[in-house]
Amino acid sequence: MAVVEEVAISQQEFSEGYILARKRKAARDITIKTLTYIALSVIGVSMLIPLLWMLSTSLKEPGAVFSSSMQWIPNPVVWQNYVEAWNAQPFGRFYLNSIFVGAMVTIGQVVTSSMAAYAFARLEFPGRDKLFFAYLATMMIPGAVTMIPQFILVRKLNWVDTYWALILPGLFSAFGTFMLRQFFMTLPRDLEEAAKIDGCSLFGIYWKIIMPLSMPALATLTTMTFMGSWNNFMWPLIVTNSLEMKTLPIGLQAFQGQFSVEWTLLMAASLFTLLPVIVVFLAGQRYFVEGIQMGAIKG
Amino acid sequence: MKDFLSKIGSNESVAGYLFILPNFLGFLVFTFSPVIVSLCLSFVDWDILTPPKFVGLANFVALLGFHREGGVIVANDPLFWKYIGNTLFFMLNIPICMAGALVVAMVMNQKLKGIVIFRTIFFLPSICAGVALCLLWKWILNPDYGLLNQILGAVFSLFHINAALPGWLSNPAWAKPGIMLMGFWGAIGGMNMILYLAALQGVPKELYEAAEIDGANGWRKFWAVTMPFISPTTFFIAIMGVINGFQSGFMQAYVMTEGGPAGATTTIDYYIYNNAYQWLHMGYASAIAWFLFIVIFLVTLVNWRFGGKLVHY
Repeated sequence: MAVVEEVAISQQEFSEGYILARKRKAARDITIKTLTYIALSVIGVSMLIPLLWMLSTSLKEPGAVFSSSMQWIPNPVVWQNYVEAWNAQPFGRFYLNSIFVGAMVTIGQVVTSSMAAYAFARLEFPGRDKLFFAYLATMMIPGAVTMIPQFILVRKLNWVDTYWALILPGLFSAFGTFMLRQFFMTLPRDLEEAAKIDGCSLFGIYWKIIMPLSMPALATLTTMTFMGSWNNFMWPLIVTNSLEMKTLPIGLQAFQGQFSVEWTLLMAASLFTLLPVIVVFLAGQRYFVEGIQMGAIKG
Repeated sequence: MKDFLSKIGSNESVAGYLFILPNFLGFLVFTFSPVIVSLCLSFVDWDILTPPKFVGLANFVALLGFHREGGVIVANDPLFWKYIGNTLFFMLNIPICMAGALVVAMVMNQKLKGIVIFRTIFFLPSICAGVALCLLWKWILNPDYGLLNQILGAVFSLFHINAALPGWLSNPAWAKPGIMLMGFWGAIGGMNMILYLAALQGVPKELYEAAEIDGANGWRKFWAVTMPFISPTTFFIAIMGVINGFQSGFMQAYVMTEGGPAGATTTIDYYIYNNAYQWLHMGYASAIAWFLFIVIFLVTLVNWRFGGKLVHY
């Protein structure tokens, strides 16, 4: 009897201690959670402040910018800055150029990279692995090395200031081939085997099986390529002369030359060049994040 | 040989070559041939307008050589060495940004509600790369009316600090830190943070529990469990960072500072650009580019050999 009581007491003690420990752990968890949220918010605010400052500046009166006191909410709000900036340079044309070049480069890279990646991942042919290694090695070559001969080639072909110069060199990508090849390697082969038995051609397998199965990877490459093309600066700077052929970054740089200290207009123009990338990113951010992790998988 | 030929002739081989063909042609025309042409150009003197002149190693001597001037040994192109120094100084930002990205990733690595919103916000700066951001930071770093000095000024007066505010891009000593600050802001929430986050999520929970039983505190757990486990990611980020670091700084110099003040923000990439497209020294520019290529290759090789030993797979 006594033994039973003892056991009962110790059990009670044990459970009290257990509850206490759990309470402590819960309290600690809440503290950690709160601290984490605070840290996240501090980082988040410092990420956003410069962008909000850009927005705030873009809506101020020109004179209000040159004051020694910080003013976050513009008074009055000058929407006119956007109209003025848009009309100061042919930004509509720059937009069209950037969209056209970005779309062409993206389509081209997805098609050429996925075809090559399919061959590297699935088909057997002599020299395959050596060639793939050569592709990998080229990713280490600085852009400065290839850019001068590329420029000379474009000049020889009389392509300076044409869409050919802006688009053609961007159609091929070792990185895109590498990334898609890594993804194709992870796909199961059963479907392909079945399709082969049914007499499907290799192109049919690529087009009807591999491509539909790889939509996430293709979306990743699409997002990355388009944003890369949108922000590309040096190459379009070198191969364009006329105003009609400039892409947005080059146009924005020209705009800076014209209004070097009119920060309200410069910030308005900067903001409307950023808008499409932000939209593309928000729409495709899942693929973007996954793609980064995919690119890092080695092997 | 017969075997090789019959293999090439097989259906699958032909298909393989055809599938690669479009990409391979682009590779041949826009990567492989340019590399060879660039090497040839580094041995000539050429301004595009008149025919090229073969000059042997003269470009490399002018670039890397030294000569005696009044008893002192001076570099043939002292500016080049200065710009190498600038580039290396900017590369100090690589470990700083990596540490920042790791800290952000560790904060993000909690199962919390709304974490996706934070991820989106953190990622935003690295998305908005390009000329627009350079312009924004040129404005933020404005010594008189820029946001940064306004905040610093407020902080200084709050603590009664009587110091001059940095001149940022207008001061040779502050221009590089200013641009590095912009890089830091753009980098800590971006790609590398995502890579670190993925790596952190791969660390097995059991390892931390085992370490706790052994009486390890948080700091010790970080160095004994987390760091070794994520070392492949650190290695990958560092190697890519160094490869990119050697060729960076063009846009910042072009848009924000024109390489100044007093050449303080001119990097090798900007120097190559100026030589090739401003001064039309195609041969000399190619020589610098090739020198850069060799440096990147050697440094990557060394990183691979010695850095690889520190990585735990």
